Amino acid sequence: MKQWDLHGKARQARIADGMAHAAGKVVAADKLVAFLEAVILSGDRVCLEGDNQKQADLLARALAQVDPAKIHDLHMIQSGVVLPEHLDLFDKGVARRLDFSYSGPQSARIARMLFGGKIELGAIHTYLELFARYFIDLTPQVALIAAVSADRDGNLYTGPNTEDTPTVVEATSFGNGLVIAQVGEIVDRVPRVDIPGDRVHFVVDAGKPFYVEPLFTRDPAAITETQILTAMLAIKGLYQPYGVRRLNHGIGFNTAAIELLLPTYAERLGLKGKICTHWALNPHPTLIPAIEAGWVEQIHCFGSEVGMDDYLRARSDIFFTGSDGSLRSNRAFSQTAGLYACDLFIGSTLEIDLKGHSSTITPDRIAGFGGAPNMGSDARGRRHPSAPWLQAGQEADPDTPAPLRRGRKLVVQIGETFGEANAPLFVEKLSALELAEKLNLPLAPIMVYADDTTHIITEEGIANLLLCRDKDEHEQAIRGVAGFTEVGRQRDKKMVERLRERKVIQRPEDLGIDPLDANRSLLAARSIKDLMLASGGLYRPPSRFRNW
Amino acid sequence: METLRFEFSALTPAKGVRKTALVGVVASGNLEVLLEREGAPDRCTIEINTSAHGFRPLWEAVMADFTSRRTAGGLRISINDGGARPDTVSLRLAQGVRLIEEPQA
Repeated sequence: MKQWDLHGKARQARIADGMAHAAGKVVAADKLVAFLEAVILSGDRVCLEGDNQKQADLLARALAQVDPAKIHDLHMIQSGVVLPEHLDLFDKGVARRLDFSYSGPQSARIARMLFGGKIELGAIHTYLELFARYFIDLTPQVALIAAVSADRDGNLYTGPNTEDTPTVVEATSFGNGLVIAQVGEIVDRVPRVDIPGDRVHFVVDAGKPFYVEPLFTRDPAAITETQILTAMLAIKGLYQPYGVRRLNHGIGFNTAAIELLLPTYAERLGLKGKICTHWALNPHPTLIPAIEAGWVEQIHCFGSEVGMDDYLRARSDIFFTGSDGSLRSNRAFSQTAGLYACDLFIGSTLEIDLKGHSSTITPDRIAGFGGAPNMGSDARGRRHPSAPWLQAGQEADPDTPAPLRRGRKLVVQIGETFGEANAPLFVEKLSALELAEKLNLPLAPIMVYADDTTHIITEEGIANLLLCRDKDEHEQAIRGVAGFTEVGRQRDKKMVERLRERKVIQRPEDLGIDPLDANRSLLAARSIKDLMLASGGLYRPPSRFRNW
Repeated sequence: METLRFEFSALTPAKGVRKTALVGVVASGNLEVLLEREGAPDRCTIEINTSAHGFRPLWEAVMADFTSRRTAGGLRISINDGGARPDTVSLRLAQGVRLIEEPQA
């Protein structure tokens, strides 16, 4: 007789083993390592929660301390490889295989470990893609998650930084897996129930809040005049003509400059209410002046941002908030919103090749993707029209009758032609390709594919790739905004001038942008302190950004 | 320090009547550009003092692009460079020829 409930019974056995180290659902922090050794089995798929923002840091430290003789060959499936412990697991032999999405601060070490064969790489995903696999072929047997507080029944309050937790718990708990949460405190009653207690099997009191990285804070004091020029190009040459109202901004100083030019430069152009009203966006402090000036109608967030919680609570007409008044973020839903309900994605990258592929991989750093490839791609399943989407579709394919023509998402790469340490933004061959050869990967880790990229903006101008009709035009449009990089200097000058006549390339002077406006006085806030003042004192910048 | 001197034929003369204009600052990664109305209206002379050695071909390319694209005729341009990137140099030069069009502040 075939048994159909073996997975559920296996979970019950793990719970029984764990109970020996717990009081009800509550595990004491000093017994955590022994507890993990009791409930985790070698070869398990383990989701250790952590993305580019929140981290289950206590659980990560404890897992790195388990005895590799008892627990080994774990398959880690997690959004972010961010803490040193995430990689210590592989150095110690506790974990063997890795499927992930983002690795910001560990990008150099993860590269060394991949080259050294310490990690067996599954794949590098976008967030939404990895979440999708949690429900198909990478369902966790154990999830180690982070919350603000819990009650004794295991009901969790995940607060403003809810982020990935509901998705991880959904897949694990309903998929016969075990859910273990670290919490900042155990309370009689949680402020709101983000995760119902019957999905949570154990909680451990960390005695302090989980770690959050302030990844989306950009100090306006560091914005350069060249970045202001690129921001003016984006607003006047792209947001205005397409009428972009629904959008996502990646992280970076160029996009921060756009946010800080809305109440000044864009206001002067009469664009208030016509652009940038609805967002899928983390709570960028640099958007505060635009919000305060009444530019923004609604924002859905992937996560929160350090220091922004009181401000978000006080602006509940703009942000999604819970019954307790604080922000509710949700990465899976916000990524879906960015894919299907936004007409524009704009972000920065480290390398763009002659075809228009872009990547953040450099020879010694593997930073992963995060959400960019998802937001920075055309959703082939999209069916609802909007003016920018239809206009972009028309530019790409003027010959197909309108009712049968797909629209196009505007996918924009923005940056200066030379980046940090004078590294050129434009290259003949991406470092990602060299990496793929070196590691024998079937796919090069491309962040945004050329056929999704519609525009490239540099200080030299805007290249509209939708208007290019063949491979040569496409390549010369890219060379034509590549400035004085090798790629830019090898342009066919006559062809670039012809492209300029057709507005495939537009220079600042073609758009009537005055270089004297590329001045820091055009920024609505010129320092972190200005942002704090603009928020009426509600934004509380983390100490590392307080330089006054 | 390295000193570079260039003379280009300029497509269009500078606009306005102002005698001089100064933009930018000498700082790491930045530069100071002084523009003086001097010389034939179809010529532009440029002198660069730079802390970064060995970039003559790049400076020449940036200056050739500038004098063919902007209203740079009849100007003597002096640059104090603190190792600025080409994009910053181009922006400062564009700002300079715009400022010399403006009435004296």
